[in-house]
Amino acid sequence: MIDSDTDVIRVRELVKKFGSFVANDRLSFRVHKGEIFGFLGANGAGKTTTIRILCGLSYPTSGEIEVAGHDVYTQRERIKRKIGYMSQKFSLYEDLTVSENIRLYAGIYGLDRRYILQREKQLLQQLGLQDIQNQFIRKIPLGWKQKLAFSVAVFHKPAIVFLDEPTGGVDPITRRQFWEMIHEVTREGITVFVTTHYMDEAEYCDRVSIMVDGRIEALEPPAVLKERYNCGDMNEVFIKLARKQ
Amino acid sequence: MSVVIHRVDKSFKEFRALKQVDLRLDSGELFGVIGPDGAGKSTLFRIIASLLAPDSGRCEVNGFNVVRDYREVRRLIGYMPGRFSLYMDLSVEENLNFYARVFGTSVRANYELIREVYRHIEPFKKRLAKRLSGGMKQKLALSCALIHRPQVLVLDEPTTGVDAVSRGEFWELLESIRQEGITILVSTPYMDEAERCDRVALMQKGRVLDVADPSEIGKGDMLPIYALRSNREVYPFLKRIRKLEGCRSAWLFGDELHVTLKAPQHASAFRKEIAGWEDDSLKWVPISPSIEDRFMWLMTEAGEAGTAPGSMNENNSLSEDYKYT
Repeated sequence: MIDSDTDVIRVRELVKKFGSFVANDRLSFRVHKGEIFGFLGANGAGKTTTIRILCGLSYPTSGEIEVAGHDVYTQRERIKRKIGYMSQKFSLYEDLTVSENIRLYAGIYGLDRRYILQREKQLLQQLGLQDIQNQFIRKIPLGWKQKLAFSVAVFHKPAIVFLDEPTGGVDPITRRQFWEMIHEVTREGITVFVTTHYMDEAEYCDRVSIMVDGRIEALEPPAVLKERYNCGDMNEVFIKLARKQ
Repeated sequence: MSVVIHRVDKSFKEFRALKQVDLRLDSGELFGVIGPDGAGKSTLFRIIASLLAPDSGRCEVNGFNVVRDYREVRRLIGYMPGRFSLYMDLSVEENLNFYARVFGTSVRANYELIREVYRHIEPFKKRLAKRLSGGMKQKLALSCALIHRPQVLVLDEPTTGVDAVSRGEFWELLESIRQEGITILVSTPYMDEAERCDRVALMQKGRVLDVADPSEIGKGDMLPIYALRSNREVYPFLKRIRKLEGCRSAWLFGDELHVTLKAPQHASAFRKEIAGWEDDSLKWVPISPSIEDRFMWLMTEAGEAGTAPGSMNENNSLSEDYKYT
């Protein structure tokens, strides 16, 4: 459920430089509560730089940025408690079991032990992973890992979850099931900030921003973008914008 | 025949990575293998590249057996693994020279062949490989795989994690390489790329489900498929459709839902039901299935949807979700 009156991310004139290289060039945008916000761009467009700043992992060079009501310069630890993060590469510990991973992450977020055990049971049941809760992560298929990694990233009910290319490499059915999980968590008021290279997935977002060379070229709902650029699908929109330069 | 794979089996301990795989590639064809992580694509490619021996069955490249004649096979093949095998502490130029010399040739001798690919990175030839962007590493790895003028080029997921623009450019390069008469075997998780191949094989769980022209693959006995559109919120719409009697499957598909019915005779009842929803924006049209629809159809028909490799019981609770019966 989108609450357009409440912004969970506010970015004004964000600039990030590495030496003389401008990775983020005066970005301004807002993300509404409960929204699925697609953050697209070519490799090297500057997406990861922005995500790291929003997650409190890197300082901006300048600009006013608030995440979940907190300032990215002075309240980074508070931000970290209120967000979840998942990337394809570094999410779960391969040499811990399914259960151990759930408990580890829940523990890091300071959740109560009894509450963790109860929610863990629920989660394993929802995902159908009861039988393999004691298996090592490295033994389970990629599609299952991704679903588990996502569930772990939202286990502490964050205000925002950042998903960095969450669906790379899996089959088309698993990819769609993953998006159904995304839709499901937005119903609990969680905001989803997601990057992807699959352009059909851009269509599942409420709004999409397209970043080119460190700047946001466009930010609208997919239907508006397709109409404005006179394209049949988001793939065409993306290629039109990202190739322009 | 350029590559012949005959009844190849390969297991890693109890896990069966390849099950009776049969494939034949014609000389000069651009052949795609599509399938999810864990389908067995990399294992198959490593066997063709003579880096793994099959447990049983036979694999030949231009008539040479990959086990017995591996030395010949390695000269004939250019192989680009999923994790590029570049030397990160050598420069662009040094990497290329190294690969050329390993094969007893020189960059100059084959420059024409790699020119199209290499010219994108040539301005950075003094830069260390580790300082290149992902797209540039990909182009350098492709140049290295081509430098000894192979007859068969084997590319394992060269575009995974690459954006849509760079993917398009990469496929243009592949087409130009094919013009040189080189057979190309390429795997990808992106269904749209499969459409650029001469023929494709669909793989799932160690098996080849089908091999055909991209416009034909998986058509077999697929039931009619419908596209549904509505301006209403998509996820509740999807759930509502799935609850209808006669719905076999319903999936998000870009800005539509794609729906198949359990049998054609359900269509009229289905249509009547949604007509009662008083949603003027709702549209319902029969469509011809895309390659992704057909892959999803084959996966659910095989009853193996979603789950990747073998440590998992095939009758797990997740696979129940695929058919809404």
